[in-house]
Amino acid sequence: MKEIVCISGKGGTGKSSVVSALAWIAKENLVVADCDVDAADLHLIFSPEAKLSEDFYSGVKAVIDPAKCTGCGLCAEKCRFDAINPKDGVYEVSALDCEGCGFCYHICPTEAISLPQQLVGQCYTSDTRFKCSLVHAKLGIGADNSGKLVAKVKNEAKALARKEGKDFLLVDGSPGIGCPVISSLSGADIVLMVTEPSLSAQSDLARLWELIQKFQIPAACIINKADINPEISQTISSWLKQEGIRHLADLPYSSDFQIAITNGQSVTEQNNAKWQPIFFNIWESLKEIQ
Amino acid sequence: MRIAIASGKGGTGKTTLAVNLALKLAENHSTALMDLDVEEPNSGIFLSGKDIKSQKAVRMVPQWDQKSCSLCGKCPAHCRYNAVIRLGDYIMVLPELCHSCYACSELCPDNALPMQEQSLGNIRHLRSGNLDFVESRLDIGLEQASPLIGQALNYADAHFANHEYQILDSPPGTSCAMISATKTADFAILISEPTPFGLYDLSLAVETMRHLGKPFGVVVNRWGVGNSDILDYLEREKITLLAKIPHSREIAKSYSKGEVLYRSYREIDEALSKIIGHLEDIS
Repeated sequence: MKEIVCISGKGGTGKSSVVSALAWIAKENLVVADCDVDAADLHLIFSPEAKLSEDFYSGVKAVIDPAKCTGCGLCAEKCRFDAINPKDGVYEVSALDCEGCGFCYHICPTEAISLPQQLVGQCYTSDTRFKCSLVHAKLGIGADNSGKLVAKVKNEAKALARKEGKDFLLVDGSPGIGCPVISSLSGADIVLMVTEPSLSAQSDLARLWELIQKFQIPAACIINKADINPEISQTISSWLKQEGIRHLADLPYSSDFQIAITNGQSVTEQNNAKWQPIFFNIWESLKEIQ
Repeated sequence: MRIAIASGKGGTGKTTLAVNLALKLAENHSTALMDLDVEEPNSGIFLSGKDIKSQKAVRMVPQWDQKSCSLCGKCPAHCRYNAVIRLGDYIMVLPELCHSCYACSELCPDNALPMQEQSLGNIRHLRSGNLDFVESRLDIGLEQASPLIGQALNYADAHFANHEYQILDSPPGTSCAMISATKTADFAILISEPTPFGLYDLSLAVETMRHLGKPFGVVVNRWGVGNSDILDYLEREKITLLAKIPHSREIAKSYSKGEVLYRSYREIDEALSKIIGHLEDIS
């Protein structure tokens, strides 16, 4: 089973549109994981019906029992996150600022502090109208540990793909290059980068590539909306060649993408004759990458 | 007044709005623009200026001192992030998992885990005309954006406390990095686009702002694509629509080249005036 992770550095370059189109092409032969857990959108295209839903807990936050707190202030003094402040003669934890390190718990002389587990979000395994399963999640509002939820979604999807004997796991990742992206890269076989011809996207792509090289994963790239700025597309294309990144396709700027999303469709459904052969070829080239 | 520009979905126009709004505000007000999208900072592509100051940002992580260690085994138990582990007679520190809480170090009976500096990134202050601009850039491979965002905001506290406006260009999403960037703001501008993806991710950003108790308004970008569901949503939820920016391929092309837009596109200048009018009303 091959794991293909679709990421972009910059947001809004068309990752989810590409993942939807490829899933439409590959149909039964894959499991899809939506690892952009704090802005997950694939469910708007896949019409999932959850077969399994699970609360996901990870990490802790400190809570001070005001009845046991003597107001000595040691916890506030030791907290590196300015999460503990005096209130009415005792101390109180700001859940928003608490990182759950537990330092205060260990040093409180009256054992007034507890560390309850935190609900990070929900993880779902769903049937979809694309005939493939979708594993997706909803990060709780204000919840920490999105990287852990990404790992959970990916591991569930991986186990499901193995169990169902699928050849591919296709992962829709987050923008950026921080913890959720690093979490989605771990264990990947192929990285598919989706970029666009703007100076911003180009700069983000270079930073993303520097990260991917630390993982030594083979990479391919699609330049979306390539005709918005052909000069920059050309520069990116030369750079891809120089870096040894497979340049799979240039996609033209097209309102088909927005129309498809608005209709809850993949672009291959919106204008099949045009997009189906394009994404068929992309999928075939992706499959060949070793 | 500190104003965060944020969105759930990526690529909706945060940086474009932040840069153009900051430049226009700077024409008449003391203004600072903080690029807090530390993983992928891009504001600098649209601005040129002269360097005022560039400083390395560091954080503290423990380092094992084998000679002092009695292998009592307390440190792995004190670390909630599995950043300190014991392998036989060795203690291993995994800095990428460390949150710099100091628990292992200060609770070590042998003082065998002294804290040492680790590079986090860079904070660079430029001045572009009247605008103070600070870019913060995270070292590649580091997982946690929030500590650098916090340091950049400390820089703003120290240098721009008397500025009339601080504009914060926030990272996308709704997770900890976005919350770190928006939680100290007086007002948030959420920018989205009129597609189902844009609307759904906006609704997550709205829930996040309500969770933080943060006043906010919404800018609809690329008006003309998708449908008008987003306006129905704003009305239903009684959310202030600050401005609509029309979709145009020409604007997209100018953006791609790193151009400042409001001086060339009247529709953008008008949208900015409406936003500034609202900011003046609430200040």
